[in-house]
Amino acid sequence: MAARGLRESAEFRATSAALRARLRRPVSLFFRLKERVIEWFLLACGMLSAIAVALIFFFLFKEGIVALRMVPLSQFISTLSDVTKYDPVEDVTTVVGQQRDFIWQPVSETPKFSVVPLMWGSFGIALISAFISTLCGVGIGIYLSEIATRRTRDIIKPMLEVLVGIPTVVIGFFMLAVIAEPIRALASGGVFSWLHIPFYNRSLNMFVGALGVSFVIIPVIASLVDDALRAVPNDLRAASLAVGATRWQTTWRVTLPAAVSGVFAALILGFGRALGETMIVMMCAGNAPVIHLNPFEPVRTMTASIASEMGAAQYGGLHAHVLFLVGALLVTMTFLLNVVVEIVINKYRKRIRL
Amino acid sequence: MSAAPHQFLGRAREAVKSRSRAPLWALLFESIVRGITGVVLVALLYIVMTIVWHGAPRLDWEFISQAPRNAMMEGGVFPAIFGTVFVVLFMIVMALPLGVFGAVYMVEYAKGGTFSRITRAAVNNLAGVPSIVFGLFGLGFFILFIGKNLDHYAFDIPRNEAEAKVWEQRVAPQVKAARDEAVRLADEKSLHGGDRGAFIRDYVSGHAPVMHKKVFGQGAMFWAAATLAILVLPVIIVSTEEALRSVPRSMREAAYGLGATKWQVVSTVVLPQARTGILTGAILAVARGAGELAPILLVGVAFSMPGLPLTEPVNFGFFKMPVVNPFSEFMHLNYHIYTMATQQTNPELSRPIQFATTLVLLMITLAMNLGAILLRRHYSRK
Amino acid sequence: MADATARSPNEADSAPYYVELRRLNFFYGEKQAIYDVSLGVPKNRVLALIGPSGCGKSTLIKAVNRISELTPGTRTEGDILVGGESILAANVNTIELRQRVGMVFQKPNPFPKSIYENVAYGLRIHGVRDKATLDGVVEWALRHSALWDEVKDRLKASALDLSGGQQQRLCIARALAVQPDVLLMDEPCSALDPIATGKIEDLIQTLREDYTILIVTHNMQQAARVSDHTALMWMGKLIEHNRTEEVFTNPREKITEDYITGRSG
Ligand SMILES: Nc1ncnc2c1ncn2[C@@H]1O[C@H](COP(=O)(O)OP(=O)(O)O)[C@@H](O)[C@H]1O
Ligand SMILES: [Mg+2]
Repeated sequence: MAARGLRESAEFRATSAALRARLRRPVSLFFRLKERVIEWFLLACGMLSAIAVALIFFFLFKEGIVALRMVPLSQFISTLSDVTKYDPVEDVTTVVGQQRDFIWQPVSETPKFSVVPLMWGSFGIALISAFISTLCGVGIGIYLSEIATRRTRDIIKPMLEVLVGIPTVVIGFFMLAVIAEPIRALASGGVFSWLHIPFYNRSLNMFVGALGVSFVIIPVIASLVDDALRAVPNDLRAASLAVGATRWQTTWRVTLPAAVSGVFAALILGFGRALGETMIVMMCAGNAPVIHLNPFEPVRTMTASIASEMGAAQYGGLHAHVLFLVGALLVTMTFLLNVVVEIVINKYRKRIRL
Repeated sequence: MSAAPHQFLGRAREAVKSRSRAPLWALLFESIVRGITGVVLVALLYIVMTIVWHGAPRLDWEFISQAPRNAMMEGGVFPAIFGTVFVVLFMIVMALPLGVFGAVYMVEYAKGGTFSRITRAAVNNLAGVPSIVFGLFGLGFFILFIGKNLDHYAFDIPRNEAEAKVWEQRVAPQVKAARDEAVRLADEKSLHGGDRGAFIRDYVSGHAPVMHKKVFGQGAMFWAAATLAILVLPVIIVSTEEALRSVPRSMREAAYGLGATKWQVVSTVVLPQARTGILTGAILAVARGAGELAPILLVGVAFSMPGLPLTEPVNFGFFKMPVVNPFSEFMHLNYHIYTMATQQTNPELSRPIQFATTLVLLMITLAMNLGAILLRRHYSRK
Repeated sequence: MADATARSPNEADSAPYYVELRRLNFFYGEKQAIYDVSLGVPKNRVLALIGPSGCGKSTLIKAVNRISELTPGTRTEGDILVGGESILAANVNTIELRQRVGMVFQKPNPFPKSIYENVAYGLRIHGVRDKATLDGVVEWALRHSALWDEVKDRLKASALDLSGGQQQRLCIARALAVQPDVLLMDEPCSALDPIATGKIEDLIQTLREDYTILIVTHNMQQAARVSDHTALMWMGKLIEHNRTEEVFTNPREKITEDYITGRSG
């Protein structure tokens, strides 16, 4: 055979022996060391995320704790202020009592740092937008996984990804410049004037902010719900359809319950995103740190407070430290939400494995 | 269940038949779900179309290539495009290697175990951290901690009031000497009144030691890029992991079977085969970084600057040219839109510019997102 | 030397084992896949491992170049010797080991690179850079795996453009290029058509003159055609190990008889 001929040729014999000797040389120390160094380097890169999370917590609390040393903790919830009465006859002002206020007034002679109005804004917006985006996101998720054909799915999924890719400033700007005023006009006058909605006076308010935030959350929830539903084994659906259930019954009684923890995780994750959204609420929610039960009044969120006030706050001053503290509070809340998601998902994995 | 298979078959057949006369509420359910999907998609199209409609008329070459003039009411947005591009460029240069190597460690080296669990949790958490918190972190860590310390050790700039006092005490003799000299010179020239005061002030400020200007301890393109790099780290890690996992096990076995080391397997077999997936992740990260404003709001974005953030001309041997100065403030498309739309006395006046700027930003980010989607589709087909 | 007691099953052929397993136990986590297997193969002989699917053939063969270690949570007990030296000892470098003990897998797994680069890969990772050596070895390896005539005009073409049988021979060439002594083949023909299988069987016949070969197969005829010795595995245990003719014509165990006559497995 040709192979044998070549193998036996003296020339190859010589090179082959040399090659063998060369390949059989023990792996050099340098080579092993290089492998080791690379592994350490990769390990360092791998630890970066954990280090980043730790550093974020450390530096936010480091700067935030200073505020706690300057102002007692209770002041971050409410402040007591004197209720005064002016007597025009005597021309004197007397203190007649004290009242508990929830006021965020960082730039004033006596700054007040109650975070309650900010939390009101944050949670109000997060709840409203979570409500809107749960409706829409779960709806789209069900449509994508249970109803849509492959081809429509292949069109709609990328469109949702495009929606995810729109910068939040663009959505904020769009709400501000295009949507806010027409909605106000619609609600307080125009077609609905006969309704006399007396409480929709400001074009930029909590509701508009929440609507804008929904645009960011909907695709997140939709794709997570879609994933959760698609993880439900097909035999379950087939079994349900086989016993004569309609698609609605199957989805509602079989598929959704089977995917409930995935859907739940999606909702919490969406809520967390809404809580952390900054630019949209800064641009469309009116930016007034007051507590109104009316959802059509302006609010300011924790995120918007940090973003809009930090620029003017003196670094090292009380205000800046308080804003860091607000940030620490915010990141703690989203962290806890994440922990909840993690727990729910883990439970879900175990159930799937059964 | 004891039902025999043929019973199921019969019922399934019935179910198929009954689809034509599905109950009203089942139809209602389907139409609601379809309706919601339709509304959201129409809203998406409406957003894009509106911005194109209002933005396109103002968008021309001048708008893209010129700096703003006349209090932002004329000219273009070139410096903002410039800032946006260079910030994400610096960002991806930092984030891509770190994210890819981190993912390599997670997938190829640390299989299971505590490390993986902690890292997985950290990545998920990092992805959920509100973007403004990254801004606070950038300010607190990069500027107020690293930058300030760099400035202190490199340029002797005090970090706090106590150090400022020490610095003043240290230069006090020199200041005093300068003042004495100024008085002596003033006497010599026999200056009086206001002239004398002005002369002494000028002389002292010219001859007494002055504090170095801040270099690192203030908002800068570099810190903004570093902040964004941490923000997009999870994006890169997750897509790299996915890409690495999609490389078949048989490829790794083939290489190991020939006596390759772990790093050789990773660098010559796994990474080359995962490169399309990694590229997709990188593009998504760039798009994400270009679309964020909150994180960089506190770390160096500027509404208006006299020129581009460039250094003095650097000599390259054959030619001299200025290069981008990463320790300068910068303009940014997102910030331009935000300030023009909210911080002006009458934002209605500059609406066309706002729409056009938004269109520029949208085109950049959507082009990258679409690119990533197409790329992913292309390689998932293969 | 204690090794001297380990002889091949053929009394006439008293060569000592070149590759030898001693009381090998293998675990995937808690699950034991190999139970107390002792067997071996002398230099320049072919040992066929047969047995029903899932009986541990792949596990066993992968233990010989310690590729099995890549699966996390695995554990090996007992000893494996190649050329008289334990390969499980602490000071053994797996890189050096895998260079001496090459492997060909069940499914052809060429890298998505050119034909040339596939064969040259092993040399490159071991630091061979000069073009003349690479060219020479690539040609030699391709000739030696009976592929040269089919690909000599398109060495730069992608390996993925080859047919399944050609890909498998390319994988053999790739393994040969790093100059191993031992070849492990895990069902190398199971993904191939009969013609391609025939070519590989012919190839094995030539290769046995230079290499010690362990081949896994569930094709009895193949085992009979290519091997000198045959070992039958059953649920992780070694049932019978003897000269191939003996195993097929005169099995000692009932299980073996049932298996080779197709009554089980
Ligand atoms: N990665 C693994 N993890 C756990 N068990 C495994 C793994 N690979 C194989 N096994 C188990 O080990 C046994 C032997 O498998 P294998 O060696 O692949 O059999 P064969 O190659 O003979 O078909 C089987 O029972 C299989 O389930
Ligand atoms: Mg097998």
